[in-house]
Amino acid sequence: MTSKPTVALEAAGFGPGRPGPQLPGPCEGVAGDDRLAALFAAAEARHAKTRRVVAALLRWLVYVGALLTTLVLLFLVGYILANGVPYLTPSLFAWEYTSDNVSLMPALVNTLLMAALALLMAVPVGVGSAIYLVEYAPRGNRFVQMVRITAETLQGIPSIIYGLFGMLFFVTTLKWNLSLMAGACTLAIMVLPVVMRTTEEALLAVPDAYREGGFGLGAGRLRTVFRCVMPSAVPGILGGVILALGRCVGEVAALMFTAGSIAQVPDFIGGLAEGGLAGLGAHFFDSARTLAVHMYVLASEGLHMNETYATAVVLLVMVVLLNLLATFAAKRMEKGNKHD
Amino acid sequence: MTNATLEAQDVLSARTSGKEPGVPAYVARRTEAAARPGSRADREAAARPKMAVRDLNLYYKDFHALKGIDLEFPENQVTALIGPSGCGKSTLLKSLNRMNDLVEGCRIEGEVTLDGVDAYRAVDVNNLRRRVGMVFQQPNPFPMSVYDNIAFGPRTHGIKKRADLDEIVERSLRDAAIWDELKDRLKKNALGLSGGQQQRLCIARALAVRPEVLLLDESTSALDPISTAKIEELVGELKQKYTVIMVTHNMLQALRVSDKTAFFLMGEMVEAGTTDDIFTNPRDSRTADYVAGRFG
Repeated sequence: MTSKPTVALEAAGFGPGRPGPQLPGPCEGVAGDDRLAALFAAAEARHAKTRRVVAALLRWLVYVGALLTTLVLLFLVGYILANGVPYLTPSLFAWEYTSDNVSLMPALVNTLLMAALALLMAVPVGVGSAIYLVEYAPRGNRFVQMVRITAETLQGIPSIIYGLFGMLFFVTTLKWNLSLMAGACTLAIMVLPVVMRTTEEALLAVPDAYREGGFGLGAGRLRTVFRCVMPSAVPGILGGVILALGRCVGEVAALMFTAGSIAQVPDFIGGLAEGGLAGLGAHFFDSARTLAVHMYVLASEGLHMNETYATAVVLLVMVVLLNLLATFAAKRMEKGNKHD
Repeated sequence: MTNATLEAQDVLSARTSGKEPGVPAYVARRTEAAARPGSRADREAAARPKMAVRDLNLYYKDFHALKGIDLEFPENQVTALIGPSGCGKSTLLKSLNRMNDLVEGCRIEGEVTLDGVDAYRAVDVNNLRRRVGMVFQQPNPFPMSVYDNIAFGPRTHGIKKRADLDEIVERSLRDAAIWDELKDRLKKNALGLSGGQQQRLCIARALAVRPEVLLLDESTSALDPISTAKIEELVGELKQKYTVIMVTHNMLQALRVSDKTAFFLMGEMVEAGTTDDIFTNPRDSRTADYVAGRFG
């Protein structure tokens, strides 16, 4: 190949046999250095005291902030425990709710059912859409930006708005009545952006090196995403699911209007015995009161305040247990990602 | 003693002996090789090209990153692509196995062939990447066991039987000269290995899909000198079975391991030829300046 010297190259100093670029000579003399040293010494003297005071002040502010947060939390938990634990009687866990014995058992079962149903709908859709946005859609795409902004906005909307929508759409328009299904669907819509955004962040945090590794071995996009990228993202995704779970379990406003407040577990077994699968399915459209709703109803009735506190204790313990379970699951899955 | 250490000694002895200052012994040896009978064209025409690019132009949006590149990569030889940062050598490497397809706004004109077949129009991209394996600058083992890392490629291409996978894993690790170090740690997570071991694991992973060409994208630049020496030695052995194309910032590395060298500058290929010729008998003054370390 013959040489084709370009003008740009010549200009850049890459001409034939030219010496390399000249280094600049030594800059200012020692006199300049002395002047700078004096400048810093003077500044140091002036600012030393103020800086010490400000540092001490800020340090105390941080301590007080941390202490306050911890104290508020401890007080809250302690107050609920103190008021609730003495009334945690076996009768509170009776299978049937009556107006005399305000058992929380049906609500407890309903909560688990409701949360499971909502997550069953929200997690696949949320994770799937996040995978599309991060791995498939062209990066920096307008559509992706729009979806992201929409999801962020939806996360900030008060749950009562979701409740209102659920009532107008699922309960009224689709004629599902106040039901487990209408409630679960409303919750699913509510937590969908949470799942989607956290999954997106988790996927974005996975280094591109894993993707390159997968593609470089001739793996297609699907295999690369599920085998090389997802394993590292699972803990982050589970974090989002925990967040979503917490919101499902603690939700009242959105469920008042959509799932109603009948304090009994839908009679799935009876339905199955009578009408087979169709009978079972029909009971998904029964009203169902969750623990949080149960607490709200008891508290607003004001007749069973002690039992209300006891219910709060159960709700608290349940949330903590669910969180521990999810954290444990995340740890188990992460274990493969870390070296011994 | 390994080739790499021998050459390192050459460098040292040339530095300390004082005779012929600035010309290490292995450069002198290269000079002798270049002075063998036969014209330069004869030497270049010797081997059959495994891959070739013809009039390749590549654009990132408006930026013209590769300008009319014509280059052949001889079978069972090591070809080194050298040049200063941003000159397009990595870009060229990535267009050989179509990793540039993943870059937004990247447009390619011209032809890339593998065994004379158009790699962009006549070959399935996943199959192309199986046949043209790649090892990256930073070691990038997957966060899974050593075994699963190696087995990932074969599994991707449909090999599922445990016995077959066992054999492939052992052979790949042996070919990458890391079997003895890792044979008792196959179940351990690959992220626990040292950087040099990780990079050789990545080479083994690339070899596990029976590639025909191996692309090394500055694969030793993140490693210490001992790991680098091991990989250089390995490359010398790999060319028995594979065609190797490597990008390197280290001119001595190109000199030590490659048979053919191509020099790039600002998206253009200035000169290509046998490594002996490029380093001792360059045609272009810019090549001479670069290999002499006058800029870069």
